[in-house]
This record gives sequence, C-alpha cells and structure tokens, in this order.
Amino acid sequence: MLLFILRRIGIMILTALCLTFVVFALTNLEPNLEKLAKTQGNVRMTDEQVATWLEQNGYTDPMLSRYGQWLGVFPGWTREDADGKISGRCISRDVPADIAPQRCGVLQGDWGWSTVLREEVSSVIGKRLGLTGILMFWVMALMVPMALIMGILAGMREGSRLDRSLSTISIATTATPEYVSGVILITVFASSAVGLKWFKGTATSAMDGITFENFTLPVVTIALYGMGYIARMTRASMTEVMTAQYIRTARLKGVSFHNIVLKHALRNALIAPFTVIMLQIPWLLNGVVIVETLFNYKGFGWTLVQAASNNDIELLLGCSVVAVVVVLVTQLISDVGYVFLNPRIRIS
Amino acid sequence: MTKRDYDGPILEIEKLSISFFTRLREIPAVMDFSVKVQPGEAMGLVGESGCGKSTVALGVMQDLGVNGRIVGGTIKFKGRDLSEMSAEELRDIRGSEIAMIYQEPMASLNPAMKIGKQLMEVPMIHEGISAKAAYERALEVVTDVRLPDPKRMLESYPHQLSGGQQQRIVIAMALMANPSLLILDEPTTALDVTVEAAVVDLVKDLGKKYGTSMLFISHNLGLVLETCDRLCVMYSGEAVETGSIEDVFDEMQHPYTQALFRSIPLPGADKNARPLVAIPGNFPLPHERPPGCNFGPRCDYFETGRCDAQDIRMHPVPGNDRHATRCLRFQEIDWHAPVARAETTESTAVGAPVLKIDRLKKYYEVAANALFSGHKKVVKANEDLSFEAREGETLAIVGESGCGKSTFAKVLMGLETATDGAIRLDNADIEGIPIEKRGTDLVSSVQMVFQNPFDTLNPSMSVGRQIMRALEIFGVGATDAERRARMLELLDLVKLPRAFADRMPRQLSGGQKQRVGIARAFAGGARIVVADEPVSALDVSVQAAVTDLLMEIQREEKTTLLFISHDLSIVRYLSDRVMVMYLGHVVELGTTDQVFSPPYHPYTEALLSAVPIADTSVKKKHIVLEGDIPSAMNPPSGCPFQTRCRWKTEVPGGICESEVPPIRRLAEGHQIKCHLSDDMLARMEPVIKIAAE
Amino acid sequence: MEPMSWGAIVLQILIQFIPVWIAMIVMFGVSFAFRRKLGLYGQLFDTMIGGIGFALVIFWVFTALFADMIVTHDPLVQVSGMKNKLPGTPVPEGTAGFGYYLLGGDNLARDVFSRMVSGSTIVMQIAPVATLFAFMVGITLGLPAAYFGGTLDTFLSFLANLILAFPVILLFYLLVTPEIVQTGLPTYMAAVLFLFPILFLVVLWNSRYFTQPTKRAVYLAVTLVLGFWIYLGVAWNADPLGLISVPPNILIVFVSVVFVNAPTVFRIVRGIALDIKTRDYVAAAQTRGEGPWYTMLWEILPNARGPLIVDFCLRIGYTTILLGTLGFFGLGLAPESPDWGSTINDGRKLLSIYPHPALAPALALMSLVLGLNLLADGLREESLKD
Repeated sequence: MLLFILRRIGIMILTALCLTFVVFALTNLEPNLEKLAKTQGNVRMTDEQVATWLEQNGYTDPMLSRYGQWLGVFPGWTREDADGKISGRCISRDVPADIAPQRCGVLQGDWGWSTVLREEVSSVIGKRLGLTGILMFWVMALMVPMALIMGILAGMREGSRLDRSLSTISIATTATPEYVSGVILITVFASSAVGLKWFKGTATSAMDGITFENFTLPVVTIALYGMGYIARMTRASMTEVMTAQYIRTARLKGVSFHNIVLKHALRNALIAPFTVIMLQIPWLLNGVVIVETLFNYKGFGWTLVQAASNNDIELLLGCSVVAVVVVLVTQLISDVGYVFLNPRIRIS
Repeated sequence: MTKRDYDGPILEIEKLSISFFTRLREIPAVMDFSVKVQPGEAMGLVGESGCGKSTVALGVMQDLGVNGRIVGGTIKFKGRDLSEMSAEELRDIRGSEIAMIYQEPMASLNPAMKIGKQLMEVPMIHEGISAKAAYERALEVVTDVRLPDPKRMLESYPHQLSGGQQQRIVIAMALMANPSLLILDEPTTALDVTVEAAVVDLVKDLGKKYGTSMLFISHNLGLVLETCDRLCVMYSGEAVETGSIEDVFDEMQHPYTQALFRSIPLPGADKNARPLVAIPGNFPLPHERPPGCNFGPRCDYFETGRCDAQDIRMHPVPGNDRHATRCLRFQEIDWHAPVARAETTESTAVGAPVLKIDRLKKYYEVAANALFSGHKKVVKANEDLSFEAREGETLAIVGESGCGKSTFAKVLMGLETATDGAIRLDNADIEGIPIEKRGTDLVSSVQMVFQNPFDTLNPSMSVGRQIMRALEIFGVGATDAERRARMLELLDLVKLPRAFADRMPRQLSGGQKQRVGIARAFAGGARIVVADEPVSALDVSVQAAVTDLLMEIQREEKTTLLFISHDLSIVRYLSDRVMVMYLGHVVELGTTDQVFSPPYHPYTEALLSAVPIADTSVKKKHIVLEGDIPSAMNPPSGCPFQTRCRWKTEVPGGICESEVPPIRRLAEGHQIKCHLSDDMLARMEPVIKIAAE
Repeated sequence: MEPMSWGAIVLQILIQFIPVWIAMIVMFGVSFAFRRKLGLYGQLFDTMIGGIGFALVIFWVFTALFADMIVTHDPLVQVSGMKNKLPGTPVPEGTAGFGYYLLGGDNLARDVFSRMVSGSTIVMQIAPVATLFAFMVGITLGLPAAYFGGTLDTFLSFLANLILAFPVILLFYLLVTPEIVQTGLPTYMAAVLFLFPILFLVVLWNSRYFTQPTKRAVYLAVTLVLGFWIYLGVAWNADPLGLISVPPNILIVFVSVVFVNAPTVFRIVRGIALDIKTRDYVAAAQTRGEGPWYTMLWEILPNARGPLIVDFCLRIGYTTILLGTLGFFGLGLAPESPDWGSTINDGRKLLSIYPHPALAPALALMSLVLGLNLLADGLREESLKD
C-alpha cells in the first residue's frame, strides 16, 4: 500500500513538473515578454529598448534555465552593470546583493510579484484561495449529499416514475453550464426588472461576510452543474448494483428492501461515485472561475482571470501551480480512496 | 417466525404459465407446467437453454422481475398459494423456508461484505437471534459444508476464496435457516469437473442430513441421475416427460427424451460404429412455436394432422409411478426399436506424423500483485510437453482450468512463443515464430475453432464477409467472385444454407455460429485444427451435430484434430488418442482405450469418476478429490497432483512431495507421470463398469 | 407604433421558424414511417426521451441551416434608439427588416433574436466537426494503446493524463490568446492534430485492402488527394485552389477544443478496446495472421461503436458548452460575433436590469445541450436493449 502511494506521488511530481513547465513556457513566450516590458517600462518603447529591458531583467536566459530559477533549483541570475551596481533575480531594494540568497524560487517560497495587484503573489493566492475555499465548502456541502441522494433514489428502482423524473432533472442540470444557469438564476431571483428579488445578483459583499442573501446564488449555480453529473454516475452505479446477482441473493434470503439498499447495495454502489466526486473537483474549478467572474466574487478564479487577461506572468504561474496541485492531489486521493473502499483490491 | 408443520407435498405447481412482456409482444416462457415435490424428495428439472427451467425456479421464488408475470396456474408451497401472499409473507418464506443456490457463486456473494456477515444475516432476519448465536450457527454450517478453517472463512471476503469454496459458502447460506425446499439452479456449471463432483456429493449428503426437498435444475442428465429421485424433462416451455429417474431413463415415453439420450455420448458410443444421432433442426424461438406439439417439427414420429392439430396434454403412463408424457402417440411408438438412421463409417487410416512436440515449455512472468507491481512471479503454464500427432488423427487434450491446455494452443498458433523445447511441423521448427512472422501457408495450415460461439464471430460483419476475409488473407481465389463461390462451398461443407452468407451473426443460433467458425478455420485448407472446447457451450442436442460435422470434415480433409476438452464423455467418443494434463504437466498419454481403462494415472482415475454419466446401467467407483486445483502461480512441490492424490500414501518415502515423477511407459504408446509402483498400478480397478443387462 | 404583446411575439417567432418546422415535419414523417428499417436510429423514436432529444437537436441543426431565412435583422447592425429595448419594441421607421425587435435589443442596439439565430450557425459549424476530429485523434491513439499495451500505453496514458490534469479554463487562457496566435503555435498544433484523420483513413483502407492492390491504390489516392487538399487549407491556410480557408481565431478555438476533448476520447476508446481485445473473434483474426491495424480498425472499432456514438452526442454538447465558455471569457472569437457565449458575456454586465439579451442565447444553448444529452440517453437505452 505504501509502495503504491509512493509510486503515485512520484508520478504526481513528474506530472506537476511537466505541467508547470508547459505553463511557464506558454506564459514566457516572446510576445508575452514584450508586452510585459512595455507595461513595466514604457508603452512606447522601441524594439531595442524592449530587448535591453528584457536583457537587464534576466529574460534572455534559455527557457529551461529560467524555469529552473523560477522553480528555485538553479541559482537566480545576477548581473553587474557598467557602473558596478549588482542586480539579480533575488536582489531587490529590500534585499541587497550581499545578503540575497542564491536561489529564490517557488521551492524557497518566493512566488514573485503580481504586477496587476501590486502585491506578493504568495499573499494574493493565500488570501484568494481562502475565499474560494469557503465557496467550495458550501458547494460541496450542498452538491454531494443532494447528488448522492438523487442518484440512489433514482437507481434504487430502475424505470420507476421517481427514476424517470430524477434522471430528467439531472440530465437538465448537466446540460446547463454555470454561465447559463447563473444568468437564469439571476434573472429569476435577483433581477430588479422582473425577478423575485429574493437574493442578490452579486457576491461582492460575501467577501466580508456570508449571508444567505448574497451567497445562495453563486453556490447553487456551481452545485447545479456538478450535481447532475454525480447523480447520473451514482444512478448508473446503483442500477448496476441493484441488478447484480448478489442483490437477488439478498432478496431471496428474505432481506427487506430498505435493508437491501442500505446494507448490501450502498457500499458497492458508492465506490464509483467516490472517484467521480474527487475527479469533479478540477471541473468545479472551471465553475468557480465562471461564477466568481459572473458574481464578482474576488476569489481564486477571479484572480486567475485577472492574471491571464492582464499578462501578469508570475501571478498566472502561481495560480497554475495551485490549480495543477489541486487537480493532482484530488486524483491521488481518488485513487487511494478507490483502493481503500474496494475490498477486492484492498485485500489481495 | 415458526415454521408450519405440513405433511402434504412441499411444493405443488399446477398448470403454471409464465410470460415475459416486452414492448412488442408477450413471450410465453413456461406453459401448462405441473410438478409436485414431496418432503425429502429431490426433483430434477432438465432441459436445454431457453426451455424455461430457470423461469420455473424464479416463479417459485416469486421473483420474475418487472417484465415477468404468472399468467395462469398456481404455485403452492406447503399448501399455501405463493402468488396470493403479501410481500411480507413472501419475505418470511424466502431464505427460511425456500432457499436458492445459484449458477455463479462469485456473482451471488456480495463482494464488499464479509462472508460471516452474509451468513449470519439469514437467521438474524428470520429467527431474530443474536449476532453471537448467529455466528455459532454460521460456524457450524461452514463446518458442515466441509470448508477448511471455518473461522478464517467467516472473516474473509468472497474474492479471497476459490470458485469451489464460494459455491460451498452459497450452499451454507442456503442451509443457514434449515429450509424445507432448496432450489439449485445449475449449481455446478461454473465449476471444474472434479470440484463439481465434490459439490454434488456434498449437496446429496446435506439433503439427506437436513431432510430438505430439492428442486435441482440442470442441463446435464448425468448430474440429475446422480442427485435426484425424480425428474421432469422440459422442452420449449413445457414439461414433456416426468417420472422417477428409473422410469424416465430406462422406459422413456417421449420422443424428445429419447432423442436427447441418443445425442449424448454414453459409454459404448463410437464415432464410427455407433455414432450419435443429432436432433435435426433448431430449438423454436418462444414466439415462433409451432402449433400443437412443440417438438413436432423435429420429431421422427411426427404425424401431420394429428400432432399439429391440437394442444397436447400430459398423459399418465399406465403401470408406472407418477410417470407422464406429453405425447399423443406414446403408446403406438416402439420405444425399443433400434436406431434407424445411424450410419456407420469406416475409421480413417491414420497417416504419418505431422506435428511433433518435443519438451515444450512455456513460462510466463506475471506481476505477483496486480496493483503493486514489483517482484515478478513465474507461472509455468506448460512444463515438458512431448507428443506426436499424425495425419487424420484426433488427439484429445483433457484437463481442468489452469492445466495449460489453452496456453499450449496459443503457442502452437503462434500467439505466444515457446520458452523452451520445440514444435515441429513437417520437420520445420515453428515454436519461436510469432504469428506475424509466419508465412501464409503456415498460418492457413494451423487453424483454430474457438470455444464460445457467441464470441467467435465479429458481431458487426456478415457471415459471408468473415469467411471471405479469411480466404483473402489465405490467398485463396483471385477475384472477389471466386472467393464468393468458394465461401458458398464452405457453407455447404458445414451444412449451412447459402442464404446465411448475408446474415449477421446475431441472427444465427449458437450451433450455427460454431459451424461458421469451423468453415472459417477450414478456409485455407487447414491441416491441423485446434478445437478449443468447440461444443462445451452448446446445448446437448446441438453438440452431437457439431461434433459429427467436425468428424466428417476431418475424414474428408484428413485433418489432424487437436480436440481440447474437459468433458471425458465426448473425448471417449471421438478421439483416437488422449492426453491428460494437470497444472502444465502431461500426466497421462495413450490411445483412448488405454487411458479409459486401468491402470490409470490417479488424476485420470478421479476425472473419470467425476464425470456424470446419464446411464442407469453404469456403475462408477466413487472418488471425490479433496480441495481445489492449486493455482498455477503457486504450484505444489514434487508431483503436481500430490495435494489431492488418494494414492499418495501408497508411495513410500514421501517422494511425491519432493520429486516430480518421471515419464514411464506402461505399454506401447501409453505413458504416465507417476511414482506408483507397477504392482500398485496393476491392482487398479476400472472406474466405470457397465452392468450386464 | 405600439410594442407587440407577448402572444404576438410568440406567434411571430413561430412564423419566423416556418422553414425549420417544415423540414422537421418532413424528416420526422419519413423517419417514423421507416423506423423499423433504420436500426438504432429508428428505435430512437420508440422512447420519449430520445425522441424529444432528437427533435431539439434537429431543430437547432435546421435553424443553423436556414438561419438566413429566419433572422429578422442583420445580427451585426446597430439600430439607433434600440439599445436595451424590451422584446416586441418597434424599430424606427426606415430600418431594414422586420418592423419589431422580437426579443428586444442588446446593449449595442442589435436584434437579440437575430443574433441568437445566427449564433446557432457558429455552434453547428464548430462543435460537431471539432468533436469528430477529437474522436479521430482519440481513436487513432487509443486503439494502439490498448492493443499493444506496454510502454506505448504507459506513455500515451501519461500524456493524456497530463492534458486532463490541466484545468480547462487555464488551458484556454494559455492557448487562446493573441500572443500565442502570434507565435504560430496553434498552426503547428493544427498541423499535427489534423494529420490524424488522414492517417486514420489511410491505415483503415490499407489494412483492409492490402490483399487487393488495385482497390487499395484507388482508395488511398482519393483519401490522400482530398485529405491533403483540406489539410493544407484548414491547417496551413494554404489551399492551392483558394477554396478553403479558416480564419486564425476560429482555427485556434477549433484546435483548443479538439485538444481538450481528445484525451477523454482516448481514455474511453482505450477502455472499450481493452475489453473487446479479449474476445474470441479478435483471437480468430490474429490466428489467421491479420495485421494489428486490421484487427484494431475492423474487428475492434466497429464493435465499440455503440458506446462511442453515445459519447459522441454527449461530447458535442460538452463542446458546445466549451465554446460558450470561450465566448463567455471573450476568448478567441471576434468581439462582435453573435455566438452564444459571447452574447451571454455581453449581456451579463447589465443582467440585473436588462436580462433579455443574455437570457435568449442562454436558453438556446441550454436547449441544444439538453437535446444532445437526451439524445445520448435515448441512444444508450436503445442500444442496451439488444
């Protein structure tokens, strides 16, 4: 078991390295850097000035070496001007050259500087991630139990009217992406023109304190889209289990229907949805980005959009690292959890 | 709940009709079915697949699903009509009064629940006893079904047990509440022959010990003979004959029963002198049943205007005890008339050796654990195979699962390459040439017929195209037209109508698909055909026809047939020589007569005893092997068979456990791999004796 | 002029869609009459769910086809005074087209109804084709991964997982930016991805007809000539005849959608192929000496078609959602483009006050995706019945 987890972690680190390198390469392409130079220096810089600026700021090193520096495994670049002033990756006004560390990258906890938000990337991400965490918590708290209950009720008696109606509802919610359901929900519940005006159409105030009024719509919007999918997976798994021979065995040894569902079917039926739920988290990230944009809730997704649309390279890199790590960790948990839940694999 | 005392019949089924309803039509599955099971009696329900025997069982359990419904008749259990019971009353009866044992043990046990818990549940529901008392009971019953180490068993999950052990657990579960009626639905079909014999033995003993009535459903007449007191033969949804075992087996009164017996290879049948008689035609589909007698179109005694003019009822056979038949003409037919249509053929001369296998070895490296790969284990799938096969000869390779027969087929076909040793085809070594490096000639001369008819044809390609593709690959014919002509000839060869060329495989029955598979194998003029259990998945009545077809083609084409099977009856019937394998070793090799008469290898002896024979005049020696077949991943030391051998004590010095026995020649062409002394071998008695009539 | 009542609006919309209704009635009539002969497609009409799904999908297909006949105004033209006007507002005298904005005006005073209808054309152009390409890539890589196993499988699976581990939105933000288009990366990706269909067809014909050289030559020549012509036009924008060209911003959207979908298809194909590989008919093909590609493409693939068709429908829906997502973030397509995602994005800023400009495309997108999902569900149910 330990060996298995170690192997998985090994693969995970390899994947993370590959992915961050791809992101690094894509964000550090020539046109991006040129744009960066112009926003940092002067919009009307000539091509030569751009080139000098890039050279002075260490952007002319080979891609791999810059990636190593950013990661913190290679020593940061340093250069000495004609007038003897030493500048370098790890050198700034607060950290003069003589006490500057040799390496300063992600591994050393130095995530860089956000040019848009004018803040340390690490503190931006920490703060925003916290806000998104709250959102995600409520989403999961609403979505997972609802989806499982729907799936199990539907799959318990395949083809019944309950099954038909619940399945149609879950198909409908999977067919409604967040930007559609968000629009509809705001129109119905928050529009000042026609709606019921029960909730607020933005979640800006939720950043200071969550209320039922300002947080319901964003949470419901994300939860709806994921819920249908999980419910359908649970239903599929449940119907399969309910037609399995061992359920017939249980029925024919006189076990009552609710005990068949609770004692015999449930455990087997929940193995598959568990994986689905864990793998759903990266998808939720998508929804988070959309919903945070739509409802103006300045969390992690909103930050990602800001970083990407404003060419804020280091912030975008930081966001990517977090996103990729979240995805990989959930995959790991799903793999390990699957093995743990399934005695057929666990004990062999 | 207290069990009702009742001294009438345990189960009375009166004129039962069950139908399944699909969107398009009603499909009658069981019609006008009546049967009575007395206390302590074992009733056999025999028939081919689709005859409705399992539906009867589910009808008794009142568990027909959403589409099934009882449309007529009654099922009375201890005098009470089951279909009038409420869901609660039914629940009380299920498991405590009527218990069921299923075909696939693995699928019938909950994979995520410990075995102990699954067993304890039964008395806890029905008798409301404490978990502790239930545990005691479970322990007792698990001991009763002769499982080793009962405490550990109760703590295990189903997947940790072998198939035979799982089936014993299912039996234990059925016995937990000491039911009055036990329904066994093909309980041993998924098991190996020797394991099957042990389970059947167990069921018989427990039936006696607990005094349980049994409804035993099987397609195997031999098995029914061994387990039941009475039987009921079903055909296409109806009972056609019912009576005591002796009456039905020896004085059958229905043409279908007679045809069934003539189509199974009993001792004495011979492919040349006394060939099997296949039942002509096909099983009617439920919605295409003929008017009048369902068996009419396939019956030799059919009389137009009479058999197809009316619904046929069961007629009691005078003079016998509760013996009845669904035949109008049973008193007119001379049941003892000799088989009229049996054509005898000349046995073909066996030619020169074509294939020579010399000390062939095939080892696999597998990860010891599917999930946490790391250290590898070597599986010795074939160990030291040596034999010859001649032109026009049928060599049977016999053995149970894991004996390495399929691996050998793969190596011969070139799907795998040998680890060591040689396969010589016409003096050319082919053991190391994978299929993609083999020339067209070589590929087309070694072909294979597969086991599962439902899997052997590509479902999305028409029958004709599949055969033509084989012709194309084998380079037969220059144009599509030529190949089409040849394909039609091949269809003639396997006795299929030419119109089948344009059909899709799903429109064919199992036997027809198998014929197409045979046509495909012979497309390139194969000289060696490996038939991997070609008939084991087919119904009894179809088996004979397909077997005969194979023999006929072999005779014409002088093909060498390697017939892989676990069914010794059919092997005895059609093979010239027999090779018995166990865990990768050839334990015995000789002509059919040599292998089927003493001296035997102890494994052959057990195998012979295990095979059920549907003949009341046959007396078998009762040999039950202990335990299961060891895993090929973890074979025993010394002789592979030593863990289950009943002769082991006769060999001094325990060398069975330490040394692999040498190959010994007993007679010309007869060899065995055993440590037993000549003296002991000479004292062996024949397993099968046919009582003088 | 008076604004139209809601009843009049609904009636007028129904009238505008007349070409679609006629086409649908013809199609349904013919299909229903011959449904017993049409296999799986015919069985679809036996289930309510599948029938409804099919109707929704067909509705949008015909709407896309007849968009020019249905629209009441030019979807890009701004009519002064119509900014954010409610549904049924009359247009000023002298404006071309119909006398009212059926579903009101958007914040740039364009007709919401016409934009919604033209939006369907864009979706119908990109989503099915992109999905088809993703399937080609997924199948061409998934089959050998399952069939050969070993290192190839490990490598390809790792690659697929790598792409799948990217949050989709991040990938889009990285790929679909003007800077990336400048570097030419999308063209290279297109160059690689679009090779797969040609490769697929070439292998398909070659494995089937290598025993009949003349037939093979004909099939291969046709495939290669047509394939490379389209390939040059689509991927390199260098069609020698000048007939086919794809604007770079559409190409990048197309490429990234294929790129995101292909790994999932790969995993599905691989899973099914691993199962079918163990069947006897595959062994039969091997024992008669068929090459691996024949076995994969003619023995395994046709028997995997059921689940693949179902997934294809689902995936078109998902692709539609992805396209909407791209539009919602203003990525890729031109800002004034009437595609549904962009329109929703335009409308969302004033959503609380004027919901109608965003609501129309939102409902349109939802109904199409719902239709595809229902269709897939119906197909799955029917294909399981055999």
